[in-house]
Amino acid sequence: MSRWVNLAAALSLTLAAPALAQSAKPHNYGIGTPATPQQIAGWNIDVRPDGEGLPPGKGSVKDGEKLYLERCAACHGEFGESAGRWPQLAQGKGTLASNDPVKTVGSYFPYASSVFDYVRHAMPFGDAQSLTNDELYAVVAFVLNLNDIVDDKFVLSKETWNQVKMPNVDGFYNDDRETTEKAFWNKSPCMKDCRAPVKITGHASVIDVTPDDKTARKGGVE
Amino acid sequence: MTDKTDAPRPSRRRFLTGAAGLVAAGAAGAVHADDANLPPNVAPWSKTLGDGVAVRPYGHPSKFEKDVIRRDVQWLTATRESSVSFTPLHELDGIITPNGLCFERHHGGIAEIDPADYRLMIHGLVDKPLIFTLEDLKRLPRVNRIYFLECAANSGMEWRGAQLNGCQYTHGMIHSVMYTGVPLKLLLDQVGVKPNGKWLLVEGGDASGLDRSLPMEKALDDCLIAYRMNGEMLRPEQGYPVRLVVPGWQGNIWIKWLRRIEVGDQPWYTREETSKYTDLMPNGKARKFTFVMDAKSVITSPSPQAPIKKKGFLVISGLAWSGRGKIARVDVSLDGGRNWRAAKIDGPVLDKSLVRFYAETEWNGEPLLLQSRAMDDTGYVQPSKNDLRAIRGVNSIYHNNGIQTWSVKANGEVENVEVG
Ligand code: HEC
Repeated sequence: MSRWVNLAAALSLTLAAPALAQSAKPHNYGIGTPATPQQIAGWNIDVRPDGEGLPPGKGSVKDGEKLYLERCAACHGEFGESAGRWPQLAQGKGTLASNDPVKTVGSYFPYASSVFDYVRHAMPFGDAQSLTNDELYAVVAFVLNLNDIVDDKFVLSKETWNQVKMPNVDGFYNDDRETTEKAFWNKSPCMKDCRAPVKITGHASVIDVTPDDKTARKGGVE
Repeated sequence: MTDKTDAPRPSRRRFLTGAAGLVAAGAAGAVHADDANLPPNVAPWSKTLGDGVAVRPYGHPSKFEKDVIRRDVQWLTATRESSVSFTPLHELDGIITPNGLCFERHHGGIAEIDPADYRLMIHGLVDKPLIFTLEDLKRLPRVNRIYFLECAANSGMEWRGAQLNGCQYTHGMIHSVMYTGVPLKLLLDQVGVKPNGKWLLVEGGDASGLDRSLPMEKALDDCLIAYRMNGEMLRPEQGYPVRLVVPGWQGNIWIKWLRRIEVGDQPWYTREETSKYTDLMPNGKARKFTFVMDAKSVITSPSPQAPIKKKGFLVISGLAWSGRGKIARVDVSLDGGRNWRAAKIDGPVLDKSLVRFYAETEWNGEPLLLQSRAMDDTGYVQPSKNDLRAIRGVNSIYHNNGIQTWSVKANGEVENVEVG
């Protein structure tokens, strides 16, 4: 048995040596077809904070309002306040440090591109990628206006992009767990008498929100 | 359309009364047994022929396992097309999740993609933008890797206290399968990344077009463009025909129905990495790009949906995992974290994969406060929920990896509780 293993090991070494020597330059398998500029343009719909990726076109808050009422308000509410349990798009400013933070385009989103890119990919929910470029600019302008970020006369386009200042742009910082949570690294955690006697302070059964026969979904969208 | 998945769901109350009855009567799991099938009698399946081969061309679990299903929580979301269903962890053992039980999280429903019409486009800061068909991808060299996938919002409903009664709901946004796929590095080598290419935009082809920014370093390290899970092609719910595998990182970036990769020189700050998947701290500021899943564990049995049925010998069973590497050890406590002992790990211990642990004990009806504590090979120790809250507050939604407590009562019933 061990002879076979050794033989195999020796073989793979000799076989691997030339391959390794070549590995500085990645192997080209000749698989895949060149993507044409037209093909890329049809799918390349992302937009960055600096405006990279913005399409040609423009849209006003005024045009956006009309479109929003037709295409968005049924779920997100006339003022972005949310209809039922759909996401709320406006208000919530000053709540982030409270016990009940309300995260919206105005209170939380750091960049207008996070809204534009998302609506361009996914909204209206159930009819994605159906808005024209002008409609996109208009409806995003209106959502910004609902959040008092741009005024009623504003027209959003590539040219006016940099005028949009999002209130929470400085609200984020890079993952710092490895420094601020250093205490969670511990080579010999306590094993005996680690704490005072334990008391139960909360019960899931009291809250009683776990699905069962009574609360089983009846079906349908709310 | 969705009614089929709405198969009879077992009531927690039925579970619990059932358990109480069993313990009181001292009979184990035999409530529904039919004497006619028990020795010395001979059951009908010993006398008559069953289904022949290929009667079940794609096999299903036994009809007696019909309650082993994904479940959702109706009040969590407005619609099932952007929602989540949970893996029934309490019904499973080992470390591999069966394909049909892997939790689902969709933002625009399940895309049904004809593999003939599948295309993966790679462009941006590259020498040679390319489009790959599924057949192209399958011709390339491939690897097989077992990884867990955990949603960053797993246990997110528990930040403010014990809420959902069952590990399916508290911890079921996780699964672990063997992926077959092409290393992302190999594909990037085919297009030739320009020196200023530092980030990738990875984008889904479903109706949500979910897009995220992936750092180049991770892409070149261990990411896969996967098309198989547990040997067979990906399930539609998991992104058929192609998904991104980002080992150890939050599930949201494991783009399903992957259609496009764009190489850029900076992150995009998409909605899914700003409005969502940022962790709000008590001071109102939020951590961003918290990709890695911290070490975590949960006891899957006993648990609220899997009460103790009999006094005497008891195997406590659970799962542990870490996005930073391998699990080094799991400890179990019976008294809410006062005293701990090392659990026995059984089965493979792989990088960024689930690990199965067991702890054996005798139980005679005394109340228990069961906990498990995972440690990984970086020395990270899973914190208590209160230690976590002391730093992260209760508004983070994401990354709740605090130690779970199950309270076991005299009748074997188990409840999700908070301890102080
Ligand atoms: C049928 C209901 C519906 C309609 C109509 C709709 N949306 Fe949405 N919207 C949703 C849902 C559901 C989500 C969250 C989806 C998810 O997270 O997976 C969402 C999310 C959003 C978000 C992100 C919110 C956040 O906090 O991250 C924005 C912005 C948005 N929609 C804008 C729009 C605009 C603009 C329109 C009209 C063009 C629109 N929506 C139409 C249901 C709807």
